[in-house]
Amino acid sequence: MDKSMVSILSNRQTKSMVEKVAAIILTACAIVSVIAVISITVYMFISGTPALFQVGITDILFSSVWTPTAEVPSYGILYVILTSIIGVFFAICIAVPIGILTAINLAEIAKPKIRGVVKSAIELLAGIPSVVYGLLGILIINPFMYQLELIIFKDSSTHQFTGGSNLISAILVLAIMILPTLINITETALQTVPDHYRKSSLALGASQMQTIFKVVLPAAKNGIMSAIVLGVGRAIGEAMAILLVAGNSVNLPLPFSSVRFLTTAIVSEMSYASGTHRDVLFTIGLVLFVFIICMNLILTFILKGGKDDG
Amino acid sequence: MRKIKTIILIVFVWIGFGLMGCQAHADDQQAKVTLNGSTSMEKLMNALREGIQEEYPELQMEPQFTGSSSGIEAVFNQTTDIGNSSRALKETEKEKGIVENIIAIDAIAIITDKNNLVSNLTQEQLIQIYQGKIRNWKEVGGQNMPIVVIGREAGSGTRTAFEELLHIENQCQYANEYNETGPVMAKVGSIPGAIGYVSLDVIDKSVKMLTIDGVEPSINSIRDGQYLLQRPFVMATYGPIEKQRKEVQAVFRYIESENGQKIIKSVGLISPQ
Repeated sequence: MDKSMVSILSNRQTKSMVEKVAAIILTACAIVSVIAVISITVYMFISGTPALFQVGITDILFSSVWTPTAEVPSYGILYVILTSIIGVFFAICIAVPIGILTAINLAEIAKPKIRGVVKSAIELLAGIPSVVYGLLGILIINPFMYQLELIIFKDSSTHQFTGGSNLISAILVLAIMILPTLINITETALQTVPDHYRKSSLALGASQMQTIFKVVLPAAKNGIMSAIVLGVGRAIGEAMAILLVAGNSVNLPLPFSSVRFLTTAIVSEMSYASGTHRDVLFTIGLVLFVFIICMNLILTFILKGGKDDG
Repeated sequence: MRKIKTIILIVFVWIGFGLMGCQAHADDQQAKVTLNGSTSMEKLMNALREGIQEEYPELQMEPQFTGSSSGIEAVFNQTTDIGNSSRALKETEKEKGIVENIIAIDAIAIITDKNNLVSNLTQEQLIQIYQGKIRNWKEVGGQNMPIVVIGREAGSGTRTAFEELLHIENQCQYANEYNETGPVMAKVGSIPGAIGYVSLDVIDKSVKMLTIDGVEPSINSIRDGQYLLQRPFVMATYGPIEKQRKEVQAVFRYIESENGQKIIKSVGLISPQ
């Protein structure tokens, strides 16, 4: 029995066949993702562009009135686009300092024991489903925001009270959600900085903090930039958590206003939309898609720039 | 090498044909009943179709959802057997010979958080709250507390019904919009001063239900038409039911049977009898 097995395996023809079958399977698997990307791109453009011409590009992208079911419907998504941009921008502003400083702590300062604890906490944070973040937002952030809202707008007669579902809540939830991405990639970038940079710096008499901020951080610049871009990508594509905490009314993105993001605009109305309304939702998808493609182009640009430097 | 490629190719083609076969189920033997009309009745229609399929396997319901008016129009032009309408028929439509068969009633409840002191709103107050003209509960006799107006997303059946019944289509100033009943209930229950609307059947103890113009929503006040926020679900036919094809009659028979009534209840509607 054993002998025959050996003889089959050692047969040159069979061996080369196994090799080739394996190669074909590997290629087929690689093609799957290429086909997926191409078909998604084609599909997004095919289904997203008709509404642009039907309604008019300026009427969709630069109008702020969103009344898709009115007698004379209006499909302006300006506020929705602005909300996505502003929301993601501020989420990044909050998350980047925390993320980078945490990563520095992990890579440069923390003792192995503490590092292990923090690292596993971050991995856990990365694994939490986004719906859970949304629920936490409802339970913790929203009531707190409502108290704040009641105090700030106590005497206002024009403010529409939102019960705490507002832009700030969404930004806070987004910031927490992108932390793991930022920390993990920044930490990897810091670890790839060659050790002799640090040693040289310390040998020249620089303190540890001087070494970190003047030598290690600049050396890991490209890695950190790509961490930020990936964080932006994650934040802009998030839907579920935002749906629960942002209030979902189409408003100018002011801190205490209920707002709707690009993602939630699609999710919240897809189920009953029909006709042009549905087409416009696909157009929103296309806008989102273009945003994310831009992010990826910037990312490739940064990574390529990094190679040119070193 | 070439053999393997051929085998793989054959396998893929075979799988491909298999998938295509799944769709190409032509069953011409089945008797069809075509329905056309209200998008709000989609949930009910799909539930009925499944129910009927079980009891009369040879009977196939084919509902389309294009809107109440175009459904009634289609019945009159006899391009469809049954026209679904989520509003009562107009006199002019009845004069054309279209018969209004009310099969169910859809009712909407207005809810607030449990600690709200207000227990009744007039129609006018409700309209002004949703238009953003009344912004504090003290204006309608409650505590000094801002009103948080919560609703459903554009296109939702409940929202359409609510706005149509109060004649405030697209005039509402929502602070929060959610795409399901669950979040509306949860938010109204947890935010002090929130108001929202949901289908009557989902009401539970986590929220407080308001009376409208002094009428409490109950099966009786809905059936006798006193409660304001309700609308009939009509399956209109051209001429009375007895004069329809026997397949169409079977559909109505099923709806009146015990199983049909169960389905109406299961999708949150109230039976008119």
